[in-house]
Amino acid sequence: MSEVSEVSEVSELGEPREPTSSPTQTRAVLSCTGLARAFGALRAVDGVDLALPVGARHALIGPNGAGKSTLFQLLTGGLRPSAGRVWLDGRDVTRMSDARRARLGIGQTFQHSSLFLSMTAAENVALAVERARGAPWSPLPRQRPALRRRIDELLADVDLLARRDMPVSALSHGECRQLELALALAAAPRVLLLDEPAAGMAPAETERLAALIHELPTELTLLFVEHDLDLVFRLATRVTVLHLGKVLLSGTPEEVQGSAEVQEAYLGTGRRADLFVTDAGPERRDGDREAESP
Amino acid sequence: MTARTRRAAVLAALVVLAAAPLVLNDYRSATLARMLVFALTAASLDLLVGVTGLPSLGHGAYFGAGAYAAGWVALHVTHSAPVTLAAALAMGAVVAVVAGSVAVRARGVFFLMLTLSLGEIVEQLAQSWSSVTGGSDGLYGIPPPEIAGIALADTRSFAWYVLAVFVVGMAALRCIVGSPLGATLRGIRDNEARMRALGYRTYHYKLAAFVIAGAIAGLAGALFAGLQRVVSPGDLGFGSSGAMLMAVIIGGEATAWGPCLGAAIVVELRDVLGPSLGGHGNLLLGAVFVAVVFALPGGLARLRRVAG
Repeated sequence: MSEVSEVSEVSELGEPREPTSSPTQTRAVLSCTGLARAFGALRAVDGVDLALPVGARHALIGPNGAGKSTLFQLLTGGLRPSAGRVWLDGRDVTRMSDARRARLGIGQTFQHSSLFLSMTAAENVALAVERARGAPWSPLPRQRPALRRRIDELLADVDLLARRDMPVSALSHGECRQLELALALAAAPRVLLLDEPAAGMAPAETERLAALIHELPTELTLLFVEHDLDLVFRLATRVTVLHLGKVLLSGTPEEVQGSAEVQEAYLGTGRRADLFVTDAGPERRDGDREAESP
Repeated sequence: MTARTRRAAVLAALVVLAAAPLVLNDYRSATLARMLVFALTAASLDLLVGVTGLPSLGHGAYFGAGAYAAGWVALHVTHSAPVTLAAALAMGAVVAVVAGSVAVRARGVFFLMLTLSLGEIVEQLAQSWSSVTGGSDGLYGIPPPEIAGIALADTRSFAWYVLAVFVVGMAALRCIVGSPLGATLRGIRDNEARMRALGYRTYHYKLAAFVIAGAIAGLAGALFAGLQRVVSPGDLGFGSSGAMLMAVIIGGEATAWGPCLGAAIVVELRDVLGPSLGGHGNLLLGAVFVAVVFALPGGLARLRRVAG
């Protein structure tokens, strides 16, 4: 297939790193090689290699339509790839369903809050906890105390204990995002994929979320898509830039911020404006000064 | 309503239902039995429609399969009530396993149409397999069930028998709804993709809901066979399935007693008032259905919540 040739092309484009052969697969918690998915003529994801070592804080950025959400779904099992492989702990999970992958340790939150709207915050978490404890087949009414303790613990972890018995419909947008996180954490996943965790949040809510993510156990591996680049560069230890379905660049936050290529992908050629204004400062920016003059 | 007052209300309703055959005449007692049979069927359908979010248009198939199984056993094997009930339960479950394993893979309108066509297939089977089902005549002359050798031939004792099975069936359904399994089914109704992301293999749970609902509907079918003494293909076709779905929606889906209330209303309008309206029972039923859908979305059981 043509995807095979694309794979080598991508690794040439990406910054130099170890080849993604079996030794890397075994050390990485979650990895993929040559992952591709086409929708008709559109190659949404086109030969992506990625390897997340234990405890990674890996961000996935890129302009709209770069294929971030599709890549996420390929990793979680929501979509099947047209080519390529996905490994979890050195095990090939490419052909496994999303439910199976979740049981093996892939947790996720969704771009748009995906909760159980007829239920309270505690009932939402209960579904996640029951699943993790392996009890959801019981046709007899549940034993509450142990379950309740664990639910309270998880709600407290995301600062939602006070909202315990509120229906989800009464929670604010930011609180829904926090609850998403509690659901994903209930099963103690090996790797957690967050799809735009701060989308639509007010600044104060984003701060709270950043603090929550910062406090997550260090052995938990994180991959997150985020449009708030300030947040990305605060939380991530490694950033992968996706453009038109391919990896444009993978590196440290500093490397990505300094890359002209990334600037172009976001803003188009001929205009190098303030993409990374926050900390980078004008001296970091290269290229045409005249583009800035009004 | 607290758990205590709810329990008191259920107990009071049961006392009234148990005492009713003592004061009602034979015709009204038989109607009460009919209502209870239909109520249990509607409640079992609600496990699919209201709790799991799977609107099925073929529930008559499991109900009818149970009725045929009970009728056949009573005619050819034994009159024993426990045996006929067990046969009907098993037959309802078996038909639901077969139909469910196909239907549950589909979603939305495809699920709806699949359940409808599977129901029609079962009806056609009852028409064609005459050596067992009696063809279009159905099974007739079904003897009344016996408990410990005593035939439940009179209307009053049969009504109590129906009430007892109704209570057991409803208790089982309420128990499941309040259990982790019930919570799982509600989770699937609310957000199946999220359930899968949490690691739930939703197909298995939906199939389980299908089988439980089919088994309880089969149980109700056995009561129906004993009550009518006749089972014909029409009892498991769309007419029967549609009325069940109407009962659920009129009463209120995903409510504890709404489907039972809806079932009682459907029986009253269609079978009791219908004949005195020159056979226009279904017209009246349709009008009531439309009125409820527009005036009380969520069904009669949610009236209290709307008022309060």
